[in-house]
Amino acid sequence: MTSILCPEIPNAGFSFENCKRNTLLQSKGLSLPKATKTGTTIVGIQIKDGIVLGADTRATEDTTVADKNCEKIHYIAPNIYCCGAGTAADTEMSTQMISSQLALHSLYTNRQVRVCTANMMLKQYLFRYQGYIGAALILGGVDSTGPHLYQIYPHGSTDKLPFTTMGSGSLAAMAVFESRWKPDMEETEGIQLVRDAIAAGIFNDLGSGSNVDICVIRKSGVDYKRTYEEANKKGTRQNSYRYPRGATAVLSTKIQNIEIETTVQHIEPMDTA
Amino acid sequence: MFQEAPSFWQNGPAPGSFYNFPNTTFNQLQNSASDAFKHSQSPVTTATSIVALVYDAGVIIAGDILGSYGSLARYRNCSRVLKVNNNIILGAGGDYGDFQYVKALLNQKIIDEECLDDGLKLKPKSLHCWLTRIMYNRRSKFDPFWNNFVVGGLQDGVPFLGTVDKLGTAYEDKIICTGYGAHIVTPMIRAALDKNPNINKAEAKALVLKAMEVLYYRDARSYPKFEIATLDQDGVEIAGPIDVSQNWEIAHFVR
Amino acid sequence: MHSVMDSRPFFEDYSVKPMQRQFSPYADNGGSIIAISGNDFVVIGADTRLSSGYSIYTRDQNKLFKLSDTTVLGCSGCWCDTLSLTRILNARMQMYEQEHNKKMSTPACAQMLSTMLYYKRFFPYYISNILVGLDSEGKGCVYSYDPIGHTERSSYRAGGSAGALLQPLLDNQVGMKNMQNVQNEPLTIERAVGILKDTFISAAERDIYTGDSIKINVITKDGIKEDTFELRKD
Repeated sequence: MTSILCPEIPNAGFSFENCKRNTLLQSKGLSLPKATKTGTTIVGIQIKDGIVLGADTRATEDTTVADKNCEKIHYIAPNIYCCGAGTAADTEMSTQMISSQLALHSLYTNRQVRVCTANMMLKQYLFRYQGYIGAALILGGVDSTGPHLYQIYPHGSTDKLPFTTMGSGSLAAMAVFESRWKPDMEETEGIQLVRDAIAAGIFNDLGSGSNVDICVIRKSGVDYKRTYEEANKKGTRQNSYRYPRGATAVLSTKIQNIEIETTVQHIEPMDTA
Repeated sequence: MFQEAPSFWQNGPAPGSFYNFPNTTFNQLQNSASDAFKHSQSPVTTATSIVALVYDAGVIIAGDILGSYGSLARYRNCSRVLKVNNNIILGAGGDYGDFQYVKALLNQKIIDEECLDDGLKLKPKSLHCWLTRIMYNRRSKFDPFWNNFVVGGLQDGVPFLGTVDKLGTAYEDKIICTGYGAHIVTPMIRAALDKNPNINKAEAKALVLKAMEVLYYRDARSYPKFEIATLDQDGVEIAGPIDVSQNWEIAHFVR
Repeated sequence: MHSVMDSRPFFEDYSVKPMQRQFSPYADNGGSIIAISGNDFVVIGADTRLSSGYSIYTRDQNKLFKLSDTTVLGCSGCWCDTLSLTRILNARMQMYEQEHNKKMSTPACAQMLSTMLYYKRFFPYYISNILVGLDSEGKGCVYSYDPIGHTERSSYRAGGSAGALLQPLLDNQVGMKNMQNVQNEPLTIERAVGILKDTFISAAERDIYTGDSIKINVITKDGIKEDTFELRKD
């Protein structure tokens, strides 16, 4: 019985069993729950022998901020990271899934995975769902063939670019790159450029906000700078809002003794002789 | 009591419409349907962003000279920054036909004021307010002027920069960009002015030039020729068409 | 037309239906207003961010309108309607003064605003209004409105894009709701302004349309004192 209600191993892939019911309910006026969007400014650039990825940390639900410090730079492989914009759940789950597939691939081939492999797997996965998996990604990494940066759209189309931006703050961030990016930048210069691009999104796009996360990937290793900069300081409160003792109403009090029955059980040591 | 029959030709048909015979049930039904007037609800020939900012002594307004017909780059010499009088300049984006109509209204207004010969000149705040009323009136008739206007000027010697959109939404700021410019170059100009709040004319011009370049790279309805209007104590200067400096070296990095 | 029975998904991008651009005469330009009254004063605050969609039009827009020496109106919502309404309001205030040879009182002004809003019942001004001032006894009063003229006098109120977020906080901190064994001491100007600032700090944390800075007006019998306070800018 339980195996029918809750099979231990569900079928692979998504469950579509409620789709027909939901479209019917929707046509009768039911509004379906909205997913958390990341709003987002995410960017990536190629620097000399490396990649710098950047992201803001605000997640929104319509016009309210759902998460003030979320992580949008996801781990893919030791040498590859991926920024995600769009539907929060989709970006997290698709990067997680591709990450685990790549880990298996790496063990099987006994090699470090290549960025183009991750790109191909992501685009093929997203293409199959025709844009319904709302993940807009910036994939960056360094492999045996050098640094690579890809931009992946929810429908599954990809671009390989020297610099790119995505999310609702992409236009603000792109202006920074279009006016200041140049080939073979040093790491400090690259980080500063990425910070400025993310800051442009944070301050000018209402879907982006809070802090700047930066991830630098080089052949020698990854430097993940979580909260590279706190772009906005929270205001300091004027008053104290501590409640005095007894402010909470107690409607009724009832005391019941807990009767505890104790039985002492002596356990014989196991005979190991 | 004898009731006079309605005159057959009274209230004749408006140009382009058919005559509706009065007092016929058939036509009353028809009337109720045709009374619902359909206004033009979308722009036709359009112009893209306007970029404008205040510098230490005056204001600067720039816009390219392309008139787009949907996605077609159809008219390539549509000037849309203009001098209104010695202390007002105006920039416009959106529907080019609506802009020309408003421009005609404005020119007549200037002529009317000239005829009064009272020595008073229109000031930028007054023009800004007037545009607000014009735009709000038309939006209230569900027949908007599909434009964004940017008014720059010297209000009693102090630089003024304000904007009005097709609803009549109006505000003043030191930096105003409309259309795609609002999303792409406003952040860039805000950052530049945060660093250096009192820029001079030359710096302002350089900043606008950079903004037009970035817009040309990313706004598909933009054009690499534009005009710049500046206004300060030295008077109005409209320069252009100026060519956008372009650098496509980056194309070689895309593989 | 895509029907329910048609199990194929509908892709807007690939549809051959003609695209129609709908004109809407309204815009949501955001902004929040908070008003708190005391026995002999009233404070009102509004943020200064004017926005549309995901972009910020300006970071420095005053949304408080001084109607008389003892009356201030705070507006948020559709900015073009706000501009029109306040312009007519100012004219009506002037007409009243010239006709009756006295300034309009705050309760009279509150009633007039309600009538003016309801006049546009079927093409409303899409604004969340909060009117504050001193009544004939010199006590602080707060009037809040819906877009078509329903009005209510209260002693504190939050309105605008973060209104629903902030009202419960004011209920608790100003109205002393849901608390036991607390004395409801008369509110001082300092505490009211403190609460107002703190509430805006909270609003800026969670509402994307509230931020940049706030403008505060403190109205007492001695006149209107202005104050500003910085908020986060993201």
